[in-house]
Parts: sequence; structure tokens; C-alpha cells
Amino acid sequence: MNIAQLLNQLPGAVAQGLIWGIMAIGVYITFRILDIADLTVDGSFATGGAVAAILITGGVNPWLATLIAFVVGLAAGMVTGVFHTSMGIPAILAGILTQLALYSVNLRIQGIGTDLGSRANVPLSINKYKNMLVSLRNVGRFALDNPIWLMLLITLVLIGLMYWFFGTEYGCGLRAVGANPQMARAQGISTGMGKIVGLMISNGLVAFSGALMAQYQGFSDVQMGRGAIVIGLAAVIIGEVVFGKLFRNFALKLLAVSLGAIIYYMVIQVVLWLGLNTDDLKLLTALVVALFLAMPHWKSRFTAWKLKGGKLRG
Amino acid sequence: MAESEMLVLQGLHKTFNPGTVMRKMALAGVDLTLSKGDFVTVIGGNGAGKSTMLNAIAGTFQVDSGTISLGGRNVTHLPEHKRAAFLGRVFQDPMTGTAASMNIEENLALASRRGQPRGLRWGITARERAEYREKLASLDLGLESRMGSKVGLLSGGQRQALTLLMATLKKPELLLLDEHTAALDPKTAEKVLRLTSQLIRDNGLTALMVTHNMKDALALGNRTIMMHEGKVILDLDAEAKKHMTVEDLLAQFEKASGRELANDRMLLV
Repeated sequence: MNIAQLLNQLPGAVAQGLIWGIMAIGVYITFRILDIADLTVDGSFATGGAVAAILITGGVNPWLATLIAFVVGLAAGMVTGVFHTSMGIPAILAGILTQLALYSVNLRIQGIGTDLGSRANVPLSINKYKNMLVSLRNVGRFALDNPIWLMLLITLVLIGLMYWFFGTEYGCGLRAVGANPQMARAQGISTGMGKIVGLMISNGLVAFSGALMAQYQGFSDVQMGRGAIVIGLAAVIIGEVVFGKLFRNFALKLLAVSLGAIIYYMVIQVVLWLGLNTDDLKLLTALVVALFLAMPHWKSRFTAWKLKGGKLRG
Repeated sequence: MAESEMLVLQGLHKTFNPGTVMRKMALAGVDLTLSKGDFVTVIGGNGAGKSTMLNAIAGTFQVDSGTISLGGRNVTHLPEHKRAAFLGRVFQDPMTGTAASMNIEENLALASRRGQPRGLRWGITARERAEYREKLASLDLGLESRMGSKVGLLSGGQRQALTLLMATLKKPELLLLDEHTAALDPKTAEKVLRLTSQLIRDNGLTALMVTHNMKDALALGNRTIMMHEGKVILDLDAEAKKHMTVEDLLAQFEKASGRELANDRMLLV
């Protein structure tokens, strides 16, 4: 266990955290603002990667490819939204259906131009596509082309955009849809439309993040979104636990989500460094997120127990 | 239709859970016309269809048959959020009318845009803030100094007063009050009721107020209707109300419905 080895890994953890942080901001929009647990994200993250990879290998400018990935993400969110509102399918199931469908769609997107018409993995070498936005090759260097700088800039711009959007008349309406749907309808806001738009924006951000991830790691893979929702929730919850008391402003809350993702990846690096097997990582993540999700419930039970005089029985 | 008719209900029918053992005929042919400026109080026993009638007007569900006209427009098949353009609503549960996780001024700003297209302009302007501060001050609850507070921190009475203000901020063609003081303590209920009358009078609103308090029903408004088994069974105008006591009303109920009013929730005093 060499501490220098760990320190070497940390810049990578920060870069990964920043990229996943954008995904987590998408999760925050559905989970915290709209009060929906949207499982589409596992699929739409990979969709973003697939779209960006196939466009970049096809010679499209990486900025444009990443933006198109965002637009395709919007479409994925719309499908879940329509499943949920127009077809009356419970939100969580609607997300699972879209996620499942996207697995096939992603294989097909990645298969564009191949003989088989379907492909599980698209390599994206930085040596071949030198103008890609971010790459892990440069993450260890203290230089301008270190992806951390660009990711920081993109994150701050996105937080600014979200702060603006949710402060507009339309954005306030969306917040009301999540806060109290009955009140929203009484104020003339269509809750169905609101949920669709919210799911679109969320999945647009998730796909955007997936597009950046594919460039960063140098490949796109149909499996790359597996467990994304859990990582997103972990980032949201870590951000709230660590910065909740400090950050009250909406923009700062979004920043906390991004910081939460960075902390998550740093902790992962530490436990890997301590000798945890990579294969056990998802088990650990799931348990930690379950623990944090249980906190509010346990807290209220503890308060009730204290109010009853702290006795174990009635 | 005459110009002065604000609300016209014709033959409204609604059966919940049709074809099951839970079948419940909630509206059995409601006919009601409100003139502009009418303030009508609605009384009746449990399950008489009072709240169901209000929800039918608001569009919470689609009626099985009959028509609903608001200000001369047929709104029978309009979805709830579109009808909201014409309606102000206050609910029985103080939690229902406001968004707890948003602050006071945001709730007011949402309400002031009721029925208007919501665009990408900033959600609340400085001019609005000044206006809200003034209106909140007139409630005399000290809310004008707490405009940035989350509504979830307010008491039930404060939330109902705020909901009332929100419902009337953009003048509605019809104000629907569904037992909006029932969940409050008597003193707060009285205060909210006073505010209700004042807002209706000052803005010249047309209003439909469900109450289980017969005394309030007689004291407030220019008309009182009584419902029973999904129908309007009694309609008293201002003149008739003046000479009516709670005891008279009970006798009238027995005559009109053919049975005694047995209802533990109805307040007779």
C-alpha cells in the first residue's frame, strides 16, 4: 500500500466525479425536484456514449457530437414521460421499460456502419481522434489540457443554466409539479407535460454526461450505464449530507451534487487502494446508498422514540 | 345564455366505481345557476355531493353526463389545468393549496400567473414582490416580513389565508371554497372566514362555499343551497335567508328530503 499510488489516482477520481456529477445533476432533477425515481438513466447514459462515439468515429466534431447526444437523451426522457403520463404506467416501471429498450437501441447505434449492424463496444482512441473534449491520458498532468479544467467549466456553466431555468416562470411551474401536483393543476400547470419536460431535461444531461464519459475513457460500451442511477443517488445524498447545512441556494445545491460525485469517486479510489476487489464495488455502493436513503426514516423513528420517553416499549 | 350567468350546471351526473359493490352515485342530476357576484353557501350531510360538485366544476374528474358552463364557455370536457384559468380554489386540507417546499413569494408568483402561458422570463419580478408585500400585510398575519420562508413552516391558518390570497390574486370568475375552515381551530377559522368575506366583497367575486357550519352558511353570502343524495334540494335567496334560523333550516331539510338530518359532523349552532 503505497500512498503515492493513491495520490496518483486522485486526479482521475476528480475528473470522473465531475463527469458523473453532471449525470447526478440530472438525477437530482427527477429525484428531488419532480419526486420521481427515474431508472431510464442507466440506459440513457450509455445512449449518450454510443451516440457520441459513433459520431466522433464518423468524423463529427466532438462538441457537436456531445450536443447531439444531449438531444438524443431528451428523446429518451420523453419516451419515459409518455409511458408514465399518457399510458399511465407507474414512473419507476416506465423508466425500467425505457432502460431495457435502450439496451437494444444502444447496440444498434453502436452498430451503425458495421456488417452486423450491432456492436457492444466502440473504441475511441485519443491518438486517432485528437480533438476529443476530455481524455484520461492527460488527467495526471498539471497542464491546460488536463480534462479537469474543462469539466469544471462545463459543470459551472450547466449549473448556471439550471439555476436560470428553474428560476423562470416555466421552471417555477416545474418545481410546483414536483412539490404539490394538485396545487400545480389548480394554478393552471399541466402536471403531465411538466413531468415529461423534467424527464427530458434530466435524461438530456445524463446522455451529455455519458458522451463525455465515452471520450474520457476512450471507448463507449453498452454496459457503461449499469448502476448509473445508484451512483447518481449516491452523489445526490453525499452532497446533501456533507453540504446540506451550508448550501441553501439552488445553484449551491446543484454544486453539492457535483461535489458529492467527486467525493464518491475519491472514496472508491481509497477503498480500492485499501484492497477491495473491483468486482465487489457495486455491492458496496448499493449498501452505502441504501444506508443513506434509510437515514431520514431512522431519524424520524428515533425522534418518535425519544418523544415517547426513550423507553423501548410504549 | 344571459350575460350575468357566471356558472351554469345542467343535469350533472357522476357515479364512482360503476359496476362494482363500491358503486356510489355522487351526483344525481345537479342543476344550478350562479349569477355574477353571487356568493352561495352550500350545506348538506356527509356524502351529499357538495365536494364532488366543486371537484366536478374544477375538473378533477370528468362527469358522466350533463354540462358545465363558466362565464358562457362550455368547459365540461376541459382538463383541470385549463379550467384553472377561470377558477380560484381553496381546499379543506391546508396542505393542498400551497407548495410546502417553495417559499411564500414563489407560491404567490405561481398563483399570479394562473391561466397564463409560462415562459422563460424570470419567475418573479421586483415590482411583484412589492405588490405581494402589500397584500400580505393586509392579511395582518406578519407574513410580509417572511416572504422568503418556505410555506411548509407556516401554520394551517396562515397557509389557508395564503391560499385564499393566491386564489384571488388573479381575479377568478368563480371562487371555489371546499370546507376551507374545517381543519382549523375555531378562532383561526373565524379569522379566515372574515378574510374570505372581505376578499369576495372587495373583488366583487362570484363564489361557491361548502361549509358544515349551518350558522356560517346562513350568515354569509346572498344565497344558500342544500344538497342531499347528489341533488340540490333547497335553494334560499337573500330574502329567505334573512328570516331563516338554523332550526328552520333543519325543518326545511326534513320536509325536502323526507328524513331527519342525522349527521354528527353538521354543526347546528
